[in-house]
Amino acid sequence: MKTLFDLTTGQSARIKRIRGQGANGIRQRLLDMGVTKGTPVFVERHAPLGDPVEVAIKGYHLAVRMSEARNIEVESEN
Amino acid sequence: MSSPADRARVAIAGNPNAGKTSLFNRLTGAIQQVSNYPGVTVERKEGTARLDGRAFTVVDLPGTYSLTAYSQEEIVARNFVIDDKPEAVIDVVDASNLERNLYLTIQLLELGAPLVLALNMIDVARKRGFQIDIGRMAALLGVPVVATVAHRGEGVRELLEACAACVDRTGDGRPRPISYGPEIDAQIDDLAASVRRAGAHADPAAARWAAIKLIEGDPEVRARLGAAGGAVVAPILEAVDRSIQAIEKRFDDDAATVIAERRYGIAAGIVKECVTLTGQARQDMTDQIDTIVCNRAAGPLILVAVVAALFFCVFKVSDEWAWIPWPGGWLSPTGLMEWLFEALSGAVAGLRASAPMLHSLIDDAVIGGVGGVMSFVPLILTMFLFVAVLEDSGYIARVAFLLDRVLRAFGLQGKSILALIVAGGLGGGGCAVPGVMATRTLREEKDRLITMLVTPFMNCGAKMPVYAMLIAAFFPDHRTAMMLLLWAISWSVTLMAALALRKWILRGEQTPFVMELPPYHVPTLRGVALHAWERTWMYMKKAGTIILAVNILLWALMYFPAPDRAQHEARVAAGQSEASLETMRLSHSFAGRIGQALEPVSQYAGFDWRTNVALVGGFAAKEIVIGVLGTVYSMGEVSAEESQSLSGRLAADPQWSRLRALTLMIFVMLYAPCFVTMTVIRRESGSWKWALFSTAYSTTIAFALAVCVYQAGRALGWG
Repeated sequence: MKTLFDLTTGQSARIKRIRGQGANGIRQRLLDMGVTKGTPVFVERHAPLGDPVEVAIKGYHLAVRMSEARNIEVESEN
Repeated sequence: MSSPADRARVAIAGNPNAGKTSLFNRLTGAIQQVSNYPGVTVERKEGTARLDGRAFTVVDLPGTYSLTAYSQEEIVARNFVIDDKPEAVIDVVDASNLERNLYLTIQLLELGAPLVLALNMIDVARKRGFQIDIGRMAALLGVPVVATVAHRGEGVRELLEACAACVDRTGDGRPRPISYGPEIDAQIDDLAASVRRAGAHADPAAARWAAIKLIEGDPEVRARLGAAGGAVVAPILEAVDRSIQAIEKRFDDDAATVIAERRYGIAAGIVKECVTLTGQARQDMTDQIDTIVCNRAAGPLILVAVVAALFFCVFKVSDEWAWIPWPGGWLSPTGLMEWLFEALSGAVAGLRASAPMLHSLIDDAVIGGVGGVMSFVPLILTMFLFVAVLEDSGYIARVAFLLDRVLRAFGLQGKSILALIVAGGLGGGGCAVPGVMATRTLREEKDRLITMLVTPFMNCGAKMPVYAMLIAAFFPDHRTAMMLLLWAISWSVTLMAALALRKWILRGEQTPFVMELPPYHVPTLRGVALHAWERTWMYMKKAGTIILAVNILLWALMYFPAPDRAQHEARVAAGQSEASLETMRLSHSFAGRIGQALEPVSQYAGFDWRTNVALVGGFAAKEIVIGVLGTVYSMGEVSAEESQSLSGRLAADPQWSRLRALTLMIFVMLYAPCFVTMTVIRRESGSWKWALFSTAYSTTIAFALAVCVYQAGRALGWG
């Protein structure tokens, strides 16, 4: 399954789901920040060592670590 | 005139970076009270807003993206609305980033808050090509909506008028109930009814809110219900579990996700109905700046330049450059402070002969103590001015983005770097006090504590005179190499200690790093000045009182008990020098006795009782080490500037060696943070526990390392 981790700079996709159980902690946080099903994301850039990754989502810019990006499943646009 | 007690209270809620602080400053002017919310380290700001002679108490709630139990800030914000029931709540919404901001608005409506929406930064939104139908939005949400540009004061009066109407209940807004779709609404209504029957929340809106939170699995609301209910709680919790199961079965996803997605659905619906995009949305300034500032190659270079500029400006402007005209020559701000306290000291000099003890108390403990604290003020104020500019402009988030990966390897995170640099990370001359305060930019509690606990290992300005004196005495031909060595030791210990703290003390998975990179803003002079001043004032007030008490204590330890009078007079008669009398007196005092008592242990690191006295004094401030060493080595008063003669004396002393000097430098670098730093750690961490822990663990590390170096050196025949 493709995740945000796999996308390279300049690629876009849609959020499919956030992996993991339970609603508290990181999962809830990502939901609160707008990482919800069907939302388009665009990978703006990666930090100098390739981690964290900056994405444009819901009209703003969000940085997440690659360890979190691995749990965000995406599907390609179109 | 209404008294503060019966004034209406207006709370300001909103996302971070939506302009809450600018609005708060505009509403309240310069007079604000800053404190912490009880029991937590979340800063609470309160001020007074006036409208046609009527006064409102304005409370600035912490900036949050949501109202879950995710962070202290979110809990504080929602509990204030629930428990303190402010008469109006302003929700500051960034008009150019509506969808995500409305997510919080919807949760405030769930809470039943008497809401007034401030559609802030409307100018930016218009520039980006968004046309917002304000009337339509007000109708859809059922609350008043006012367009504002808070940092310029536009719309602020209209906003306050809307709040007044809200307080008087003369407005015509009826908040629209939030619907999550028929299936979920039914579950919420059932649960809300049981919650009300249990008596946990009498108010229907609050009961409905509690029901939503229970379905979301909110641990805090669950605990609160448990504390309130007794026997009726168990069936409610069973009902909650049934509701969650029903929702999860119906939607094939967990209940909290379903609810969060519904909220975003509502927000998206409102945006769709109220916002039209006129023309092409231009690529804005932020994107252009970030292409350079966050670039893989240029980003780190720009970061180094910014940090170097900050470091340079802060210490040059506040301490090194004499730019204040003063009778008798130019002074630096720090120099001015010193001049003031020297003048005070001169004013009480007359007491020296008539009342020596009183003179010593006033001069050494009171003036010296308060002066020590106040001499940091220019430095701290300048530091905060620069940090406020970096924070308000949005650059700090980029620093965190660039450095997160590197620092994470050591249990720190991106934003930790600022504290470390301010504390002296560039090679000396910093100060741990503003460093520890700079950890406020870290929102994650454990990351913040670890950063706070390792920050004092950096080579601050107070350690410099000690290094300078010992290097001059024992390593006169290797000054640069020694400074580099000390710099390397301090960074190694800092990173290793952070790693160890993360591994053993503040265990647990690292806090996830999910951070908004907000649009850049040109900081306003007013905002930056207020920001810097309120933090500086807090430092002056609190550290000033505690430091004074500690200095009086230290003074007493070094002054009492006085040597036997008859013996003393006999020695004076025998023509012993004042300096040697001073040494006798010190060895007789409590501090001297402590030094002697410590000798059986400290000898493993090569420290004799006289060094111990100096090190005990150094707990108050590390510069004191030099002064006390001067005193005990029979030199009379030695200030940091006059340390040359002391270094000559030590170099000639057969008991001293290069090894001993190196060991002492390492120990001074690492042992207990000075008292000001300690009190600041206590305040920033919210408990004495961490301040004392910081003292204990850093002294342990310092001693262990000092013993290792000393014994290894001895074994190699350097001693």
